[in-house]
Amino acid sequence: MASVTSEAMQPAPRPPVKKTSATKSMNRVLNDSPAYKTFRVFNTILMALMAFVCIAPMINILAMSFSSERAIAAGRVFLWPADVTLVAYEHIVNTAAFWRAMLVSVYRILLGGTVNMMLIVLTAYPLSRTKDEFPGRFGYVVFILITMLFGGGLIPTFLVVRFTGILDTIWALILPQAVPVYNVILLLNFFRQLPKSLEEAAFIDGAGHLTTLWRIVLPLSKPALATIGLFVMVYHWNEWFMAIVFLRSARLYPLQSYLRGILIDMTFEVRSLDDVERLSQLSNRTISSAQIFVAMIPILMVYPFLQKYFAKGIVLGSVKG
Amino acid sequence: MSTDVLDAQLKDRTRRLFALGKRKPNRLSTVPLHLMMIPTVVLLFIYQYLPITGNVIAFQDFDVYLGLRAFFDSDWVGFANFRRLFSMGSPMRAFRNTVIIAAWKISTGWVVPIIVALLLNEVRQSWVKRSVQTIIYIPHFVSWVIMGGIIRQLLLSDGVVNQLVQDIFNVAPIPFLQSNQWFRPVVIVTDIWKGFGFGTIVYLASIAGIDPNLYEAAVVDGAGRWQQTKHITLPGMSIIMVLTLVLALQNVLNAGFDQIFNLYNVQVYETGDIIDTYIYRLTFESMTPQYSVATAVGLFKSVVALFFISTSYWLAKRFAGYRLF
Repeated sequence: MASVTSEAMQPAPRPPVKKTSATKSMNRVLNDSPAYKTFRVFNTILMALMAFVCIAPMINILAMSFSSERAIAAGRVFLWPADVTLVAYEHIVNTAAFWRAMLVSVYRILLGGTVNMMLIVLTAYPLSRTKDEFPGRFGYVVFILITMLFGGGLIPTFLVVRFTGILDTIWALILPQAVPVYNVILLLNFFRQLPKSLEEAAFIDGAGHLTTLWRIVLPLSKPALATIGLFVMVYHWNEWFMAIVFLRSARLYPLQSYLRGILIDMTFEVRSLDDVERLSQLSNRTISSAQIFVAMIPILMVYPFLQKYFAKGIVLGSVKG
Repeated sequence: MSTDVLDAQLKDRTRRLFALGKRKPNRLSTVPLHLMMIPTVVLLFIYQYLPITGNVIAFQDFDVYLGLRAFFDSDWVGFANFRRLFSMGSPMRAFRNTVIIAAWKISTGWVVPIIVALLLNEVRQSWVKRSVQTIIYIPHFVSWVIMGGIIRQLLLSDGVVNQLVQDIFNVAPIPFLQSNQWFRPVVIVTDIWKGFGFGTIVYLASIAGIDPNLYEAAVVDGAGRWQQTKHITLPGMSIIMVLTLVLALQNVLNAGFDQIFNLYNVQVYETGDIIDTYIYRLTFESMTPQYSVATAVGLFKSVVALFFISTSYWLAKRFAGYRLF
C-alpha cells in the first residue's frame, strides 16, 4: 500500500537529481531555518517532557513504596523516597494470599497461554491457505467473523460458563477466550508472507499439511510466534475481570483480581490481631504502592522483548496492500 | 547407497513433479485442515454462539434457580424488559454517558497519536527518539487495575497531583474522582495517557515507509519543513489515519469498562456510569440479580454495536483496502 501511495505522490518527471554531498548539505541548509531550529529545540524538550509525564507516576509509586506514610502525607515524596522504610515489602513477603494469587497468575499464564497458542496455530494455518488449497475456508471465516461482529453479552456468557460446569475453576478464565481472533489474524498474515516455494517443495516430497505445518511453517515463524506468545502472556497476566465474574471464591483469584479487591474495593484480609496492629502502623499508601509495583515487575521484565517484536507484529496485522 | 536406489528416488520424484503439474492444485487432502479447525469451532460455538442464543432471556422473566430448564420454562414476557429499560432513568443515563465518553475517547485517541507521531518524526537525535518511544509505549501494557490503583493514589486529596495544583494555582484540593464535574475529564485524560504512545506505532511505521526521494525533491523545490509535513508526510499517512478512525468507530458503545470500573464510585454515577458497569451492577452487585433486564440492556447494546462494527469494517475495506482475513 505504501508503494501505491508513493507512486500517486510522485511529482511530474524531471531530470534526476544526483545524490551528491552537495544536495545533502543543501538539504541541511534549507531545512535548518532559524525558526525550524528553535522549533526543534522546543520539540525535543516537549517530547522529553511527554515521556516524563508517562513514566513519572510509576516512579512516584516506586518512591512511595519505600517511604513512610508520614513522609507521603507531608508531600515529601515525589520521585525519590523519603523516610525510607522496607515495611511494605516485608508485609508483601509475609502475605500468603499475595503469593497464592501470584502462583494462580503464573499457572494461568502457563495453562491459558498453551491453550491459546495451540488454538491460534491450528486456526491460523488452515485459514492462511488459499481458496483453492482449502475449499472450506470461506465457511470458517464467516463462522469466526460473526463472533467478531456480535457478542453474546455478559449475562448469557456467564450462564453458559455456569452450565458448562467450569464456574469456580481455572478453566473459566481460559476457555471463554480460548481463541484470540486478532492474534489468529496476525499469525495467518505472517504465514501468508512465508516463501511459498518451501511449502511446495515439502508437498512435492509427499508431506501432508500437518507435517508441513510442523516441520516447515512453524520453524520459519519463530519471531511471529514469540510476538504472539508475549501478547498472550501479557493478556493473561493483566486480565482480571473474568475471575471476578466467574470465580466466587477469592482464594482462586489471580494477582490482578486479588489486587483489585485490595486497591479498588478496599477489602483487607485481616486474620489476626497481629495483622490489625501491623496495618495500623503501616500506611495504606506505602503498601498499595509496593503491591502495584510488584505487580508491574513481570511486565517491565518482558517489556524489552515485547518492544523488540510488537511494532513489527502490529504493523503486519493492521494493513495489507 | 547404491546408484539403483538413488535412481529410483529420482524417478519417483520426477513422477510426482509431473503428477503435480497435471492434477488440480488442491490434490492434497484437506481433511487435516478441517481437523485442525475442530477445537476452535467447538470452543467458539460453546462460548460465543451459545451466549448469542442465550440472549432469549431478554424476552423472558428468567428464573435462574430453574437451572438449564430456565431457558425453556421461564415465562415469556415479550418486550416488557425493553419497555422497562427505556422507561427507567439509570439505563438511559448509562447510554448517554457511554456515548459521550466514547466520543471524547475516539476523537482524542485519534488526534493525539497523530500529532505526537509527527512531532516525534522531527526529533533528529535518534537516541532521544528511541528513548521517548520506549517510554511512551509502557502504559499500554499495564492493566487498568494497576493503572486504577496508581491514578487513585495520584488524585487523592493529598496526592501528588493535588499538591502540584495547590503549589501552582493555590486552590483547595480538587476531588477529581468524587466530583461529577471532574470525573469525565479524568477518564478521558488518563485514557489518552495510557494509550497515545502505543497509538503512534502505526503512524511512525507509515511515516518510515514514505519514499525519502519525495522529501529530497521537495527540498530541491524549496519546500520548508512545514510544507514537507503538509504535502508529503500527512498525505503519506492519510490512509492509516482514515483506517484508524474508521476502526475506532467500533467503540461508539465501548466507553472502556476496565477503566471506569476501576475508577468510579457511587458519587459519580451521574456522569460516569456506563452501559457495561450498569449491567454488571444489575446482576453481580445486586441483592436481587436482574438477569433478564441486564440481558436486555446488553442485547440492545450488541445490536446497536453490530451496526457500528459492520459499518466500520465496510468503510475500512472500502477506503483503505483493509480486510481482516
